[in-house]
Amino acid sequence: MNIDQKITDDLVANDISFVTTVPCKQLAGVIKEIDARDEIFHIPSNKEDEGMGLCAGAWMGGKRPAIIMQNTAIGVTINTLATLIQFYRMPLPMLISYRGELREPVACQVEMAVHTKALLAQMNIPTYHFHKQSDVEELDNILKYTFMCNKPVAILTDANFWGGYGDQ
Amino acid sequence: MIRSEILKEIAPILRDQLVVCNIGIPSQELHAIDDQPTNFYMLGTMGLASSIGLGLALSQPKPVIVIDGDGSILTNLGTLPTIANNVADNYILLIVDNGSYGSTGDQPTYAGQKTSLAKMAEAAGCERVIECAAEDTGRVLQEALDGKQMTIIVAKCESGNAKMPVITMDPVVIRDRFMKAVRA
Repeated sequence: MNIDQKITDDLVANDISFVTTVPCKQLAGVIKEIDARDEIFHIPSNKEDEGMGLCAGAWMGGKRPAIIMQNTAIGVTINTLATLIQFYRMPLPMLISYRGELREPVACQVEMAVHTKALLAQMNIPTYHFHKQSDVEELDNILKYTFMCNKPVAILTDANFWGGYGDQ
Repeated sequence: MIRSEILKEIAPILRDQLVVCNIGIPSQELHAIDDQPTNFYMLGTMGLASSIGLGLALSQPKPVIVIDGDGSILTNLGTLPTIANNVADNYILLIVDNGSYGSTGDQPTYAGQKTSLAKMAEAAGCERVIECAAEDTGRVLQEALDGKQMTIIVAKCESGNAKMPVITMDPVVIRDRFMKAVRA
């Protein structure tokens, strides 16, 4: 199974047609796949809170959005999640690369990793953690759940899920 | 002219359009001057009006007018390259540039000093950027609507605020009636 294709297929199957991204090495493959699909309008953003603004507008315009970003972005977007996405009750699937977990080569990434789940829990954001490749089987249900309840929902995907960093 | 005087003057142009309005006093002023279901008021999240408006413009065909401020654009400067590189000809960004953070006590912004937002928008790649005097805002806005080309307007005006009540409407109500107006 190619995870990048599987994730993108699930987005398309759930009618998600507006995706904004801020890149991460782990996410390079899925971003490339999304960019190649005609069913999805891919709009890279310069910062993740900007991306959430784009998603809020797209949703009010009738499209289902999603954001793809790194977990460091939780530190950037707390205010936007609280005062825009949650306050106005908007759905937002967040596919998040969970840096700083097992098989992480860069020590600094661990500094945000240790706060990631605590911050999401503090925000009452439903959070799922993909650690093994087979965990991706839940993505379809998570996307349906997100648009059922009109909430931001976090899908944390760690290095083990993506297959590690090779020889790095 | 101050911001509220511009808003009063352009209210008849805004009335039938989808409007995304900046946080704080700008939204309070627009709400008091001419509340419409086609207005989306930001109650928080400084800086994101231009991004919300762009997402909206790219997702449906009706014209979208964003009323933003110089301080909010400076907060979210990354928005300018994103706007420039994702052209939506139903998108008008009206930056009411009074050179100050109006909602927090009129502290000066850099846009009122050496920084030109019009030149920054041009440098970001925006193709139609018009800087105008406050008095000309209505004419420039109407021309932008008629021209059906993505336009960034920087309306230079004086610092100052009208005394208007806080918006107490529930955010979900604001968002729901706005979405119904988008679909109508």
